[in-house]
Amino acid sequence: MDELAEFKAEVREWLEVNCPPSMRTPMPEAEACWGGRNAKYKKPDSKLWMDRMASRGWTTPTWPKEYGGGGLTKKQNKILQRELGRINARPALQSFGIWMLGPALLQYGNETQKQQHLPKIVRGEIRWCQGYSEPGAGSDLAGLQTKATLTGDHYLVNGSKIWTSYANYADWIFCLVRTDPEASKHDGISFLLIDMDDPGVSTKPIQLISGVSPFCETFLEDVSVPKENLVGGLNKGWTVAKTLLQHERDMIGGIGGQGIKRKVEDYAKDYLGEVVGKLADPVLRDKLAQYNMDARAFKSQGSRFQAELKTGSAPGAISSAFKYYGSELNKRKYEILLECMGSQALGWEGEGFSNRELSTTREWLRSKANSIEGGTSEVQLNIIAKRILGLPD
Amino acid sequence: MAMILNDEQNLLQQSAQDFSEKVATIENFRKLRDAKERYHDQALWKQVAELGWTGIIVPEGWGGSEFGYLGLGLVLQQLGRHLTPSPLFSTGFLAAEILMQAGSDAQKDQYLPKIVDGSSLFAFAHEEQIRHSIHQVTCRGEKVAAGYRLSGEKVFVVDGELADYFIISARTSGANGAEAGISLFVVDASQAGISKVQLTTVDSRNVANVTLDNVEVSSDCLLAEVDHAFPILQNVFDKAAILMAAEMLGAAEDVFERTIDYLKEREQFGVTIGSFQALKHRAADMFVELDIAKSVVREALSALDEGSDEVPQLASLAKTRLNDCLTLITNEGVQMHGGMGMTDEFDIGLYMKRSRVANQLFGDSNYHRDRFASLGGY
Ligand SMILES: Cc1cc2nc3c(=O)[nH]c(=O)nc-3n(C[C@H](O)[C@H](O)[C@H](O)COP(=O)(O)OP(=O)(O)OC[C@H]3O[C@@H](n4cnc5c(N)ncnc54)[C@H](O)[C@@H]3O)c2cc1C
Repeated sequence: MDELAEFKAEVREWLEVNCPPSMRTPMPEAEACWGGRNAKYKKPDSKLWMDRMASRGWTTPTWPKEYGGGGLTKKQNKILQRELGRINARPALQSFGIWMLGPALLQYGNETQKQQHLPKIVRGEIRWCQGYSEPGAGSDLAGLQTKATLTGDHYLVNGSKIWTSYANYADWIFCLVRTDPEASKHDGISFLLIDMDDPGVSTKPIQLISGVSPFCETFLEDVSVPKENLVGGLNKGWTVAKTLLQHERDMIGGIGGQGIKRKVEDYAKDYLGEVVGKLADPVLRDKLAQYNMDARAFKSQGSRFQAELKTGSAPGAISSAFKYYGSELNKRKYEILLECMGSQALGWEGEGFSNRELSTTREWLRSKANSIEGGTSEVQLNIIAKRILGLPD
Repeated sequence: MAMILNDEQNLLQQSAQDFSEKVATIENFRKLRDAKERYHDQALWKQVAELGWTGIIVPEGWGGSEFGYLGLGLVLQQLGRHLTPSPLFSTGFLAAEILMQAGSDAQKDQYLPKIVDGSSLFAFAHEEQIRHSIHQVTCRGEKVAAGYRLSGEKVFVVDGELADYFIISARTSGANGAEAGISLFVVDASQAGISKVQLTTVDSRNVANVTLDNVEVSSDCLLAEVDHAFPILQNVFDKAAILMAAEMLGAAEDVFERTIDYLKEREQFGVTIGSFQALKHRAADMFVELDIAKSVVREALSALDEGSDEVPQLASLAKTRLNDCLTLITNEGVQMHGGMGMTDEFDIGLYMKRSRVANQLFGDSNYHRDRFASLGGY
């Protein structure tokens, strides 16, 4: 047996023993495991599953072992993911630490910062949120005004952030702050890590059109932050920010490829019926075929991107292409789903609608954020035009 | 999946690029177009054969290099970039493919070497209607003492006026539209009863309508088993869709690059027009479409070499994608060049014309979306 085959056998056996049966079922959004100091686990098995996976470093399979990660190669990780998929295992842990901060720290953090923060992300002990956007700085992120002034060995931080996802549940926040008001926009920004238990940090939830409240306003009033918490160098925050955004965009773009597991055509069959093996509504059938083809093509682009990453031939800004296409694709999927469901898609809560119908409607509303969060579709097109095509300002 | 090219493939791509840039140029194509004769350059064809491209998918035993479909796709993509008209698709792919799948050893021995050395040209006479269909075969193939008697009309036969041999689909049994009962024949084009009318098409290529009037052919001309050609046709058309997509990709890349260059060069209102966001976003959108198109074509070509089960889906995907992508890029290309884009002197119009024809061949997007849905069971 070659090494990979051995690895596969070992993974399979380990999962068999360690993945609780209740973690091999479809996961409602509310049962997702985000970790953190104040985490509440609807199911005790969620915690058990997270801890077991974390003990192998498999909550972050490719991170180096020295920081608690799994130290797996890309090929090994592929096997692990396939095996997890095979038993329909729920994600053991999801978090902004894993998707965004961790990769940025691995690249720009100093040794102390990596030692301090990465293992806690791996084990789900600390939950992070992202403090980028401000009331006056959305698409024009570099226009941010939250100020950090060095006083002794601490920064004094003042300002407010907005749209901070899950800030009300998070333990720490990674923030973009202005450390040099005199410098040009991009050159006066630093990347700062702030413990949200510190005095002066407060959050206020904002409700989304989908009825839930996953994000907040975050206020920073005279918050004192040790200067060791600055990542990537003074006034060098924009570089860190951009790298992190690329990771975020890859993640959001990925939504187009996955999302709900059940095929859209299966919903369509339930609601529209069939005539001699074809969906009864030929117009919707055609739309659905177009959607499915686009989704399949997008998957193909993803594989090529992965291959090119290895050879280093992919332009960095290509993340913007993914983010753009993937999020528009996901929105389209929900539009088609709702068209299929007719008036059964029009419920908000209560009787007359199944749980699945109600949650599909909410997801439809939530999907609209895909082309806004992480930089809007228009902003992604700007980036492609500028960075990839070299079109003038 | 071979998403990244290996050294050999890179070399092949490079030689095809050199050839299309230096020899098979658009100027060359314009000359053929303006001469309004056969839209064929025999000297160029000789070079194509000498470069070995006629034998890319043919096994070594018959003189080919068996380099595979990805290799052939790379060549077609480069030829697509400069709108090179050549019988490579009909002869080096369609005929070679059908003979390899359906020919007896004797038939392979007889025809494949002629394909590889470029000495004979072939055309595949299948379509009978104004839209692509595999099932619709009404051309009759009646069994007679010495073999078969073929009668019927074939339309829009690519390279039909050039061909030394036709590969013809005919109904030997069953009703029009049935899968069973279709057979394939390889027939000498000079055979009595065959007449051709050359068409002058919008893309200035060699195309003909072919009439078969009681063409008597011997049993040696039958390819594969009588009545059972349908699965072969299906597979050949899948491959054809993918390879045509490869050609279209080349054309799309070229028009896209020209358009982006123009956006950086042309000035209005005292600035380059590429600084207008209304154009930037459409350019970025085209980039995304094209990038996805590249991935799909590459994946589909590799799937052919790997004999993947997903070939039918990928064929419909690749053809639809490239139909739509090339249509978008040629339309936007003309629009973004303004009045210049509308002139005959400028090349983009030539690509738009080719795009229209390429869209039609082997199934337009409506055809392939319908098929993709059927393959998906809905
Ligand atoms: C669900 C959700 C979660 C989020 N989570 C977080 C988070 O955790 N942390 C965080 O920091 N932020 C978060 N955001 C914020 C998000 O990044 C911003 O909303 C986004 O960058 C857009 O900024 P804005 O809302 O100020 O819109 P604006 O920038 O005001 O944009 C308004 C409109 O103008 C367009 N526009 C703006 N500039 C241009 C331009 N140059 N060219 C063309 N069009 C332009 C935009 O595309 C948009 O259509 C989240 C947002 C959502 C919806």
